[in-house]
Amino acid sequence: MKMAEFLSRFIWFPIVLTLGAFQIGLWCQKKWKSPICNPILIGAALVIGCLLLLNFPVAAYEKGTTYISWLLTPATVCLALPLYEQLRVLKKNLPAILAGVTAGTLTSLAAVILLCRLFSLDTQIGVSLLPKSITTAMGMVLSEENGGLVALTTTVILVTGILGNLAGSWICKLLHLNDPISRGVGFGTASHVVGTSRATELSALTGAVSSLSLTVSGILTAVLFPVACMFL
Amino acid sequence: MKYLKQMAIILLFCLLGELLALLPLPIPAAVYGLILMVLALCTGILKAESIRETAKFLLEIMPVLFVGPAVSVLSHWGVIAPNLGPIVVIIVVGTFLTFAVSGLVTKCLSRKKDGDENG
Repeated sequence: MKMAEFLSRFIWFPIVLTLGAFQIGLWCQKKWKSPICNPILIGAALVIGCLLLLNFPVAAYEKGTTYISWLLTPATVCLALPLYEQLRVLKKNLPAILAGVTAGTLTSLAAVILLCRLFSLDTQIGVSLLPKSITTAMGMVLSEENGGLVALTTTVILVTGILGNLAGSWICKLLHLNDPISRGVGFGTASHVVGTSRATELSALTGAVSSLSLTVSGILTAVLFPVACMFL
Repeated sequence: MKYLKQMAIILLFCLLGELLALLPLPIPAAVYGLILMVLALCTGILKAESIRETAKFLLEIMPVLFVGPAVSVLSHWGVIAPNLGPIVVIIVVGTFLTFAVSGLVTKCLSRKKDGDENG
């Protein structure tokens, strides 16, 4: 308890802890190359372990990391650069990309609706899960406007993103998605910005397609959301 | 002062995105900013060189920015716990299906198009 009190005096503690845990995650990824060795997942697990061990309040940690979370908006805006640089290839494949994103978005909504019915979950839970594949800021608004639980929505969106980030390459291998276009569509449509950050690491084109897909699927989900809610 | 100028330009697009986000649509400032920046690059108002190094830096550090939000799952545990099983199944099955359908549809269509071009 005393240790937590002492540490909470330092503004840089949460950030250094986060960056350090992420570095260990990167090291594990390099060493074992298994999808489970995902730096975001390992980083978060290590941080959670440290916080629990030190009895450090999560709220204080969250407050501390807002200083770096602040960079998320400019980073997302910068996805414009790979998008622009690959514009010619994107234009050439636009119909296939748009069709894939549309099919994926419909699948995402239908899967949540059907499984919620199967498990007979509350409508409120269903509404909170519906935006799982789109970017947090959009999903939160949609969930809130339609009576969902915002805390649940942000969590589900994040877990979906990390899952896409770590399992994406494996899914591509399993389904023989070998070209950057269809891979990028998968990452962006299924796992928004978090998946896109992985797609960007695979290749510039994969990242560009993923950025385009997350934008289109986000807007499409927003348009279809009220209709989807009626089926819950 | 290269980096300062590049950061200033990027943040200007964030601000413009924030302004557009005042519209009553569920589109966040970051997505408006992204669309505006693509348009500015395409029309030549903005040169890729004027943002490149800083943009590359921000894109590279992006994954680490998700660690903080991932830890927040801990503080939302109370909302998740009662329906943990179904929620996990929905996330895993839903994400896999979405990835598979979107990727496969794109793959089939782009292959067909290539075939047309060759034939």
